Amino acid sequence: MLVRFFFELRNAGVPVSLTEFLSLLQALEARVAFCSAEEFYWLARLALVKDERHFDRFDRVFAEHFAGAERLFQKLVAEVPAEWLQSLAQRLFTEEERAKVESLGSWDKLLETLRKRLEEQKERHEGGNKWVGTGGTSPFGSGGYNPEGIRIGNAGARQRRAVKVWEAREYRNFDDQRELGTRNLKMALRRLRKFARQGAADELDLDGTIDATARNAGWLDLKLRPERRNAVKVLLLLDVGGSMEDHVRVCEELFSAARSEFRHLEYFYFHNFIYENLWKDNRRRHAERTRTFDLLRTFNPDYRVIFVGDAAMSPYEIVQPGGSVEHFNEEAGSLWMQRMTAHFPHLVWLNPEPEERWEWTPSIRLTQQLVSGRMFPLTLDGLDRATAALRRKPALSSAPAG
Amino acid sequence: MSTQRFTGTDRYIATDDLRMAVNAAVTLARPLLIKGEPGTGKTQLALEVAEALGRPIFEWHVKSTSKAQQGLYEYDAVSRLRDSQLGDARVADIRNYIVRGKLWEAFESDVQPVLLIDEIDKADIEFPNDLLRELDRMEFYVHETRELVRARHRPIIIITSNNEKELPDAFLRRCFFHYIRFPDPSTMEKIVEVHYPNLKRELLAEALSAFYKVRETPGLKKKPSTSELLDWIKLLLAEDIPPEVLRSDDPKKAIPPLHGALLKNEQDVHLFEQLVFLNRRVR
Repeated sequence: MLVRFFFELRNAGVPVSLTEFLSLLQALEARVAFCSAEEFYWLARLALVKDERHFDRFDRVFAEHFAGAERLFQKLVAEVPAEWLQSLAQRLFTEEERAKVESLGSWDKLLETLRKRLEEQKERHEGGNKWVGTGGTSPFGSGGYNPEGIRIGNAGARQRRAVKVWEAREYRNFDDQRELGTRNLKMALRRLRKFARQGAADELDLDGTIDATARNAGWLDLKLRPERRNAVKVLLLLDVGGSMEDHVRVCEELFSAARSEFRHLEYFYFHNFIYENLWKDNRRRHAERTRTFDLLRTFNPDYRVIFVGDAAMSPYEIVQPGGSVEHFNEEAGSLWMQRMTAHFPHLVWLNPEPEERWEWTPSIRLTQQLVSGRMFPLTLDGLDRATAALRRKPALSSAPAG
Repeated sequence: MSTQRFTGTDRYIATDDLRMAVNAAVTLARPLLIKGEPGTGKTQLALEVAEALGRPIFEWHVKSTSKAQQGLYEYDAVSRLRDSQLGDARVADIRNYIVRGKLWEAFESDVQPVLLIDEIDKADIEFPNDLLRELDRMEFYVHETRELVRARHRPIIIITSNNEKELPDAFLRRCFFHYIRFPDPSTMEKIVEVHYPNLKRELLAEALSAFYKVRETPGLKKKPSTSELLDWIKLLLAEDIPPEVLRSDDPKKAIPPLHGALLKNEQDVHLFEQLVFLNRRVR
């Protein structure tokens, strides 16, 4: 039963591994959670889910898989052994009450009543008014049955049924594509960091000094080395105008995050797709241009190239010479893109459009092919995947697509 | 394995799911990773667990410059170098220059200790990866002296994170994970009661409703959290503010007094004032 649950979780996109599953089983065996649906839910979540963004997905799978299972727990309660009831009774009844009941009848009779009440509980889910003494405390609910008795005499414990806990889906907001803030973006971009030592040697190299001193038979030989700096170089190419107006904010945030994160950051703008010219200043885009050929010549292949654009346009703008909406381009955009991918092995395209819409836009599919599948949504998760793709060593023969 | 269970302390209200998380981590001797909004008592948890279970606590506060190695041990090569130039006799034994880190201290403890690794996300991305074997097997190797340090008792490890960086999967797989939710009003009432037992009911009710109102203000940069509420109540008590003042029926006093304890950001204060102003005009 649990194995199926495990695979359902995986199918729902909760990254659960075998180790985690085994540790859940181990915890169950150690009786960390016992005989309460709610405790089981908490334990399973504790062991299997490692990110609050996945809590909501977990809740949904859990609700689906264990629909009706809480009744199973209640069935168990109906068949509880006598010694459980005994310790339960000790918890539920105060001294005076016990004395009172014993004066009325035998202890066995009391247990019998208790058993009956537990059975009644099967039908009536909410902690009842029939409970003796402790008001609405349910023995098998939250803070439930436990030989040590965590909550003896705690009359205030409301029984929140476990079903409610997961059906409330309180973690919905944490799921998935939460809004990007500059801080999150910076954190995501930080993954691109590549430290290297370049420039003036002005930092004491301790290990080197020790090594050299040792070789020098104990006479101090100081070694200096350059400071460690983030040496990754990034070339950011941003789509402006037109349909990108909707995404201005997220692009601005990406831009400001990238600017503060990378010392070597170059950026250029383009409109809709890359053709023979790019520009750095949107106000003077027609006056001051940079030829894409110059770009290919000036920047080494070790630059990480990040395109940002929605790639939503007519397919003609990509594949046809003269297809651009703004000017007459002699060579097709796809050719320029092929030149880019050939020159820059580390290249990704970030698309602010939601990923599920890509399939329905021919130009996005086309661009996706041109960048050999390295298009990612402009969300935290997409950025993570993009930085991973940028870090990866390029394949030796990247097949030119299209 | 002891059957001691953590049930919260008289100064710390632990919800049922948090208790379960701690007990599971203690029972299976697995590190417990705690996340949650700032100020919901993540760091406090470790201190309270140590106190409730009567264990010694070792605190390792991680900074952006922290290296995993610092938690194990450091080899103070510079003093050894200096001593060797001065002809100190201690120099012969490398052991004199090995400085123990928090993890080592915890491993050497005679009883099972609690080890707090605070704000693990502050350190470099690779930091958690460098601790995988240490947390898994609870042992590490000291290269300088060629000895293997193994934990006498697997410590109860509590790790806190503020979500500034994603933690690597391999690391997460070795931990239990618990997210401390922001407490609901009734839990919050209990928390405040624990800290200020003599608080007048009236003031508490008013303070809480004012507090949740501030929290619900849309677009706040930093929502006030439990620790901020406690500070605020402390101020209210110190200033001896009567509960009537907190009642926002009076439009002139709709901004709670001493709001500086709740809102830590001038934009937030400004936003809140504006909203209050708008409300006033509607009336």
